[in-house]
Amino acid sequence: MTATAEPEVGKARLRKEDARLITGQTTWTDNIQLTGMLHMAVLRSPVAHARIRHIDCSRATAMPGVAIVLTGEDLAAEQGSLPCAWPITEDMKAPAAPALAVDQVNFAGEAVALVIADNAYRAADALAAIDVDYDELPVVLDLEEALQDQDLVHPDLGTNKCATWVLDSAEAGSGTNVEDEIASAEVVLERTFRQQRLIPSFMEPRSVVVDPSAGMFTVWSATQIPHILRWMLSAVTGIAEHKIRVIAPDVGGGFGGKLQVTPEELLCLLVARRMGRPVKWTESRTESMLSAHHGRDQIQKITLSARRDGTVTGLKVELLADMGAYLRLVTPGIPILGAFMFNAIYKFAAYRFVCTNVFTNKVPTDAYRGAGRPEATFAIERMMDELAVELDMDPMRVRELNWIKHEEFPFTTVAGMTYDSGNYEAATARAMELFDYEALREEQQRRRSSRDPVQIGIGISTYTEMCGLAPSRVLGALRYAAGGWESASIRMLPTGKVEVITGTSPHGQGHETVWSQIVADRLGVPFEDVEVLHGDTASSHRGMDSYGSRSLAVGGTALVHAADKVLAKARRLAAHMMECDEADVEFATGSFSVRGTSTVRTLGDVVLAAHVAHDLPEGMEPGMDADATFDPDNFSFPHGTHLCATEVDTQTGMVRIRSYVAVDDVGTVVNPLIVDGQVHGGLAQGIAQALYEEAIHDEMGTLTTATFADYLVPSAADLPAFMTARTSTPATSNPLGVKGVGEAGTIASTPAVVNGVLDAVRHLGVRDIEMPLSPERVWTALQGGAADASTPAAGGLGSIDAQGGQS
Amino acid sequence: MKISVNVDGVTYADEVEARLLLVHYLRERLGKTGTVVGCDTGNCGACTVHLDGHSIKSCQMFAVQANGHEVTTIEGLARDGKLHPVQEAFRNNHALQCGFCTPGMIMQAIDLLADESDPDDETVRKGLEGNLCRCTGYQNIVRAVQDAAQRMKPGAGPKIEQHSDEHVTAQQPVGGE
Repeated sequence: MTATAEPEVGKARLRKEDARLITGQTTWTDNIQLTGMLHMAVLRSPVAHARIRHIDCSRATAMPGVAIVLTGEDLAAEQGSLPCAWPITEDMKAPAAPALAVDQVNFAGEAVALVIADNAYRAADALAAIDVDYDELPVVLDLEEALQDQDLVHPDLGTNKCATWVLDSAEAGSGTNVEDEIASAEVVLERTFRQQRLIPSFMEPRSVVVDPSAGMFTVWSATQIPHILRWMLSAVTGIAEHKIRVIAPDVGGGFGGKLQVTPEELLCLLVARRMGRPVKWTESRTESMLSAHHGRDQIQKITLSARRDGTVTGLKVELLADMGAYLRLVTPGIPILGAFMFNAIYKFAAYRFVCTNVFTNKVPTDAYRGAGRPEATFAIERMMDELAVELDMDPMRVRELNWIKHEEFPFTTVAGMTYDSGNYEAATARAMELFDYEALREEQQRRRSSRDPVQIGIGISTYTEMCGLAPSRVLGALRYAAGGWESASIRMLPTGKVEVITGTSPHGQGHETVWSQIVADRLGVPFEDVEVLHGDTASSHRGMDSYGSRSLAVGGTALVHAADKVLAKARRLAAHMMECDEADVEFATGSFSVRGTSTVRTLGDVVLAAHVAHDLPEGMEPGMDADATFDPDNFSFPHGTHLCATEVDTQTGMVRIRSYVAVDDVGTVVNPLIVDGQVHGGLAQGIAQALYEEAIHDEMGTLTTATFADYLVPSAADLPAFMTARTSTPATSNPLGVKGVGEAGTIASTPAVVNGVLDAVRHLGVRDIEMPLSPERVWTALQGGAADASTPAAGGLGSIDAQGGQS
Repeated sequence: MKISVNVDGVTYADEVEARLLLVHYLRERLGKTGTVVGCDTGNCGACTVHLDGHSIKSCQMFAVQANGHEVTTIEGLARDGKLHPVQEAFRNNHALQCGFCTPGMIMQAIDLLADESDPDDETVRKGLEGNLCRCTGYQNIVRAVQDAAQRMKPGAGPKIEQHSDEHVTAQQPVGGE
């Protein structure tokens, strides 16, 4: 074992993961082939709301290669109800959520029958031979209409209202009464924004394989949450947890979309048990879009009060959040994650947040990158621009007037969060400098006065987010069913190599690389000598998995603590070996030495001595392994300033992003290469919400954007080059000082783009344009028309037929 | 139907159903699981391979249409343990995160570089328009392709590398003029 010369933390290490990914030596779930493996295909409802009168499987069952065809009725006794782990209020209404519909379907795309065959083609063939008689029911789609309870998604619940959740600063004692602030305000702005429905669109379609052999159920799944999945599969089926092993092999992206316990995971498990043979299911892209959970989908009514000098005083947020037809794993809690973020970086005196969750006959919603926080950030950053317009002030000036100053940290907000660190002035100064703000304002003026057909606008977003999910006690107080800790183990092998076991479950983030850097740094071992094991409940039995920008801030900290335990024990043994007092032992770059002497033992020497155990101090156990579990005291609060210059062609409505500057403060950076990559990808998804993507259901509740031809995930040609930079105020809530970076770009960028477009066309009489800002909507707005939600903005090529894309 | 296809330098003779997609033939029959399926409509490009040196989307072709042709997949790029310069460039520029789109992206980038030896930003972006990536925002992919172009240029890099790069690229069915 040799010492590392320079610190690993902060180094732009190339990724360990890449060697297999660039050569095709990958282990995607769909690659798995097992002897005797059967294939599952799922028949999905083409209608959004109906009673199932009858299902005739006889023709399908007789088809070549078909082993069995099953309906919800066949599985009713064993399938239970898919779990919702976040009952946000005591009186929340929660419908039963069968994996396979039994007598009623509640969204187009819901599973109604399955075919098990000897290959995937034959399974798909047999789907077409299943006859289902539906008695169609009225379809509930619009959130406001749904609340009238004229037609009910789930008649047995008696209402479409799922729950109402309130946070009020006067009641919580964290601020004044918002109604008082509004009543006495010099300026009151009221706006309604629509957060359109999005589809996470991870590139790897979901896939599940279950092998029931050898007295165990081994479940491979393209999931973000192998540990939670194991727990939930056991809870739903009654199969003992220790008889289920879940493996998340290489997973091709998630973005919250694979933070789920899916119907198909459960169905594969039940069928594998019934058939006694391995079963595989891999979805098509259209299936994914029709049945995997969607994100966002809120109507936000925002009231902001302020003084004429620009000081904000009160913020009232009234949300309607679309749950879709069922409550999936954390569906009802997603908008609640935004409750603490609408006030953002600003010092409001009063705040009230009321969210009403509503059932509709649509695909269920759940986590999608940012989950509740992008929605909040969008609303407040749009409102700050609206206030600037109202007061005829520079939008950055309005923000500056109201944000928390760097010397005011730690700062407890009106929503009751304590922001540990930050420097909004520094990030903003850096962004303004890189962006050349003043020059762009001048160009804007020139183009306005010359009535140039191409107008430019500047969009600002000075965001923060809460990351590092999450302190377990806070989750408990929010009625979430699980904790937010993370665990790590370090195994010191006799040759000095190191195995790291983490409870986080990466699916593109590069944990193998970054976790190696952290351990190499802490233990002074070479980066190459560290192997990171993850995503298999047999090797990593304990973990809370990866989402909510938590892996490094929580899981990385557990790793630091485990390394410190290794060192503490090694120090004691080193003192014993060097026959000195432990207090005289120094540790640097992988070696122990006795202060003031040349006596040295490398960590490798000490680990070997611990392993052979020939001569250990009294009472010391052999070996040098250590485990640690870390439960954070607080969230982390990354922030930053994003500036976006947009060009709007007023003749076509086309928007082009001319330049985009992102300055982010994510605390300490372990690997700048990976942090930049996370920001780039986050920006792409946030910009896509602003300009391109929207999941559209037609008036019958059919998803008309169920292919990549219709749902506009941006290509390289649709996005600009980004300019990224960083400022840093280390988090005080963890020893690494890290804050999390997975969601920052997505949270920040959507309002930056929309603010930019509006800034370009506001002088032409446009007050608002709903997302996505398609050329058609921008053009319509410029003609003085309402660019409302009823016009499909994207796709809409009509390539999904009445069968929901299935034949 | 009987087909004979050369995949990554090995000739296979197989009996296949007429409706079997090329990508499923590669994955299920030949075990070439480096090539993946990302969509059903030819939009995402994750399944991109080369057919006689030109990039094609293998989910949009039947295996029987590849009869008598040469197919190169991501698994056939490295030669004698040495990665293709585009593979190297993807790693060196952090042009991948989850890596699911990467095989298709690399195959498409090689095809692009055969037509454009020194592409500017715009050319790379347009050339990769048929390949979707959800992780990277494309910034580092564009950089990687341009970096690879520089490394693949005659005369670029140290002598030894020039030789081996030429050796490698000469063997690649990179298509082009």
